[in-house]
Amino acid sequence: MSKYDVVMGAIIPKPRSSIENKTGGWRTRKPVIDVQKCVNCLICWIYCPDTSIIRLEKYVAVNYDYCKGCGICAEECPRKAITMVEEG
Amino acid sequence: MVRRLGLTGNEAIAYAVKQCDVGLVSAYPITPQTIIVERISDYVANGEIDTEFVCVESEHSALSACIGASLTGLRVFTATASQGLALMHEVLYATSGLRCPIVMAVANRALSAPLNIHGDHSDMMGSRDCGWIQIFAENVQEAYDWTIQSFKIAEHPDVQLPVAVNIDGFTLTHCLEDIEVLEKEDVEKFLPPRKPIYRIDPEKPMTFGAWAMPEYYYKFKLQQQEAMENSIKVFKQVADEYGKLTGRNYGVIQSYGLEGSKVAIMALGSTCGTLRHVAKILRETKGLKVGVIKLWLYRPIPEDDFISTVENVETLIVLDRALSPGAVFGPLGSDVASMIVKRNLDFRLLNYTYGLGGDEVSMDLADKLLRLAVKVAEGVKPTSLTGYLREVV
Repeated sequence: MSKYDVVMGAIIPKPRSSIENKTGGWRTRKPVIDVQKCVNCLICWIYCPDTSIIRLEKYVAVNYDYCKGCGICAEECPRKAITMVEEG
Repeated sequence: MVRRLGLTGNEAIAYAVKQCDVGLVSAYPITPQTIIVERISDYVANGEIDTEFVCVESEHSALSACIGASLTGLRVFTATASQGLALMHEVLYATSGLRCPIVMAVANRALSAPLNIHGDHSDMMGSRDCGWIQIFAENVQEAYDWTIQSFKIAEHPDVQLPVAVNIDGFTLTHCLEDIEVLEKEDVEKFLPPRKPIYRIDPEKPMTFGAWAMPEYYYKFKLQQQEAMENSIKVFKQVADEYGKLTGRNYGVIQSYGLEGSKVAIMALGSTCGTLRHVAKILRETKGLKVGVIKLWLYRPIPEDDFISTVENVETLIVLDRALSPGAVFGPLGSDVASMIVKRNLDFRLLNYTYGLGGDEVSMDLADKLLRLAVKVAEGVKPTSLTGYLREVV
């Protein structure tokens, strides 16, 4: 038996543990969506590396629990509907 | 019944792998290792073994493929040498960190530049701290025997670490020896199928290769170190069991002629055979008594066994077959020095480098070294406590 309380080889034997580990706190700027400009083209949804764009019926929203604030969505939005706003 | 075969070191390792029910082999050819995987691919092509052979474009990919296969629960083997081991370097750490019990033969060869395909230990010593158990074989029989034992050591629940079986390039890889081999049924009894603790299984999803934050990272590494320490006990158990099966008794360390002798030479691998042979001649013909100490197990370093072995030794010459430019001692010399300091022992330690790029220790050179050892033990001051063997004796 190991005296260290960790699982051998950093294996995580339980699936979906990443859901418990919210990474939104890493963010320094947050994307804010202007729903008047959004045409629901889903370019941001395709580009988001953290699957943090939420699809709604007529426009999109952001899952701030996991969005790390990289700004790719704002850069790629063809309608300039996403603005990066300083946190805090 | 004992069966004898004439095999080279490479062929003997391939033959051992054939008998160990290995699930996957992935490798890239490099001298002087190539024949190992060539023979294994022959066995696969001839339908003699049910092993998946994966051809890849580099050693980096070879070991990466091995990790993936090992994580699915398979028994995995690969082999490399020299530049190939250097190219694997980062993947070596991933293998031990992910606790994959892969066995790899390393046909020890010099590193470029200048280009040289011959034997020395620079390759393994360059990856010394990669977290693999490291065994050095002295002859072809040992190469065969250690390959079979290595799977059992690596896969033990208290170990779960990769093992490198080192054989000196050309001296062992390409030289033909008459060896004893086991029957397949005996190997099967000695080495049952691998029982992985965790494995990739679509029915039971798990995360492998996760990252660890500072407050956890050191715990994983210390747990790895703990497994390394556990492996000494397992290593001895496996060697005992193998000894009962074959009559060939192995352990972590082997000594010759230490009775009545206060001076000894210590080394790794094939050179130990030459040293022992010359020590025997000098003892029988001249009455000169020099002991020879060989480490079978280099990592983890068997500290307690070393200390009890050198109990009566007053002068020890440690030979390193790898250069550590800018250092005081070579890798093995430094290990011995640290054990001496830790245990507060008092004896004279000399550390010579030898055998770089295939500059073999002949009987003549061994004779000069042993005579020097006797003189130093008698109180004669050596020209140098360190240096290159050929230049100092």
